[in-house]
Amino acid sequence: MSLKRTLRIALKNSKFKVGIAIVTIMAIFALLGPLTTPFDNMGYYPIKFGNTTFPKPTTPSLPPMSQDTVYGSSGVVNVTHYLGTDSFGRDIYAQLTYGMRSSFFIGIVAGGLATLLGLLIGFVAGYKGGWTDESLMILTNIMLVIPTMALLIIIAAYLPYRGTGIESLIIGLTAWPWAARAVRAQTLSLKNREFVNLARLSGLSDLRIIFGEIMPNMISYVFMVFILQFGGSILAAVGLDFIGLGPTRGMSLGIMLQQAVLWNAVTLGYWWWAIPPGLVIAILITGLYFINTGLDEVFNPRLRGGGE
Amino acid sequence: MSGIKRYLIRKTLIYTLTFFLAVTIDFIIPRMMPGDPIGVLLSRFATLPEATKYLHGYFVQAFGLNKPLWEQYLSFWNAVLHGDLGVSIYYYPKPVTEILKAAIPYDLALLFPALVASWFVGNWLGAIAGKNRKLDSYLMPVFYFLQASPYFWFAILLSYLFTFKLGWFPISGAYSYGIIPSLSWEFIKDYLYHWILPFLSLFMVQLGGWAIGMRNMIIYEVEADYIRYLEALGASERTLMKHAFKNAMLPQVTGLAIQLGLLVAGNVTVQIVFSYPGIGYVLMQGIMNQDYFLIQGAFLVIILTVLIANFTIDLLYALIDPRVRTSYTEEGA
Repeated sequence: MSLKRTLRIALKNSKFKVGIAIVTIMAIFALLGPLTTPFDNMGYYPIKFGNTTFPKPTTPSLPPMSQDTVYGSSGVVNVTHYLGTDSFGRDIYAQLTYGMRSSFFIGIVAGGLATLLGLLIGFVAGYKGGWTDESLMILTNIMLVIPTMALLIIIAAYLPYRGTGIESLIIGLTAWPWAARAVRAQTLSLKNREFVNLARLSGLSDLRIIFGEIMPNMISYVFMVFILQFGGSILAAVGLDFIGLGPTRGMSLGIMLQQAVLWNAVTLGYWWWAIPPGLVIAILITGLYFINTGLDEVFNPRLRGGGE
Repeated sequence: MSGIKRYLIRKTLIYTLTFFLAVTIDFIIPRMMPGDPIGVLLSRFATLPEATKYLHGYFVQAFGLNKPLWEQYLSFWNAVLHGDLGVSIYYYPKPVTEILKAAIPYDLALLFPALVASWFVGNWLGAIAGKNRKLDSYLMPVFYFLQASPYFWFAILLSYLFTFKLGWFPISGAYSYGIIPSLSWEFIKDYLYHWILPFLSLFMVQLGGWAIGMRNMIIYEVEADYIRYLEALGASERTLMKHAFKNAMLPQVTGLAIQLGLLVAGNVTVQIVFSYPGIGYVLMQGIMNQDYFLIQGAFLVIILTVLIANFTIDLLYALIDPRVRTSYTEEGA
């Protein structure tokens, strides 16, 4: 199926459209949201004195849409807290939009790395077969059984300084096994198709067969794997941040939730602190699932049923 | 050799290897990472310079850091196999094994019912959605949303609704203050009252995943040739669904292995939300207080639990899928 045709069918699929809409809105929020707030990524109001900037907290525990005033270097500034403030006087909306940005970063880097590794390992195992396959699959099965989270915990706990980059790296390096298994199964089924045999008979090299014949038929599949890895990485990072093993500096959606729980946001009724960070993640990942189901229906007409 | 035996030997081999690797990871990572765990440990005693001097020697000895690496590795194995996981710093002087032993029952009481209940209810709902297109369009977004929620966030949501807004359930702990854990009716009642929200958090999120999986499988199966054939023969709707359901079930059993890892991780975070005294809560204390023995111990316990559970699932799978028995006789391991 050519890419153009695939896209045309996909855009007729309502699930795909809903998913794309959700993810696009979230991406715009992550990309441009920080421009719509005067606060920094921690939710402080930056006040400039000459060359240095002092992050200044505002009034704590304000509900959403509160008006507030900050005494800056250039006099009094009026600000609106779209989503209120936390117990330390930090703007929630700013934390949320910057947090979304780093979630997207982790999703792309970690999800991309995991997809790449899964693709490579699954592909080599499926195509080569024999002992290569056997040993790679043993490794995959072992990695599959060890809960990624446990592995992440033990690695992250011993890293004294952690940034978003390192976090993405360790998530990417541990999240590939199921992708490898899925890609291997796909490769096995493609490898013995007639067009591949034909290519082999006509004397094409292994590399030509892999990139010219098999890969184009797997692109759509790989894209779906990436979408799931993207979502999975974001969820893993949020969990890791929540138990205190996220970036040692800065803010993220998981750290927001961790602090909300540590400072009893729920018992105090500060829903605007405890609910939105998880809600945006859940909505974003729901959008990803919708895209995936939509694509699945495009590639497997059987799933489409009579309704659409 | 019979097929089932071969299958079991292979699985046992994989799990033994995994356990071996897990213990090795648990040994290597603290030694490989930058920073000095002993320095961090000692910083807790910074106010007592005399004690620090003495403790440094003690910790070097306790970790066995003055010995060659292979000797350290062997003695680490020796300790692990004897159930000796060191002494907790945070709960000093309690041994880590003792702390974990006290936590495990609380974990099992949460994990096992959540896994089993969500599996059955999720598969049942998924099958209904897969059969009924109209219902599916309402149910599917809900399933997706549940599956997309971080476990602990769902826990926060539930505690906001049911504790803060409605005041139905307690906010934290596994039992009320003033009650001593025992097998009395009074304690069990109190425990269940505290157990409901953590259970629901795990159950609901997990349910979404199972339902989606089952829904997709049923839609595939219903369109399969053998179902078409049965339909042509005039078999009843009931018979058709019975066969489709049976085939759709198999991937759902294999899926348990992957889901289990996620559930265990979710369990860790949910316990933190509710201050529920299982492994997750203990682990959080370990992380917050840089209690490395505790973290290492919790890691091993989590892995071991998952390994045992996976092995059970594999046994179950061999029982329900006759292909396992035949395939392992044909081509060998």
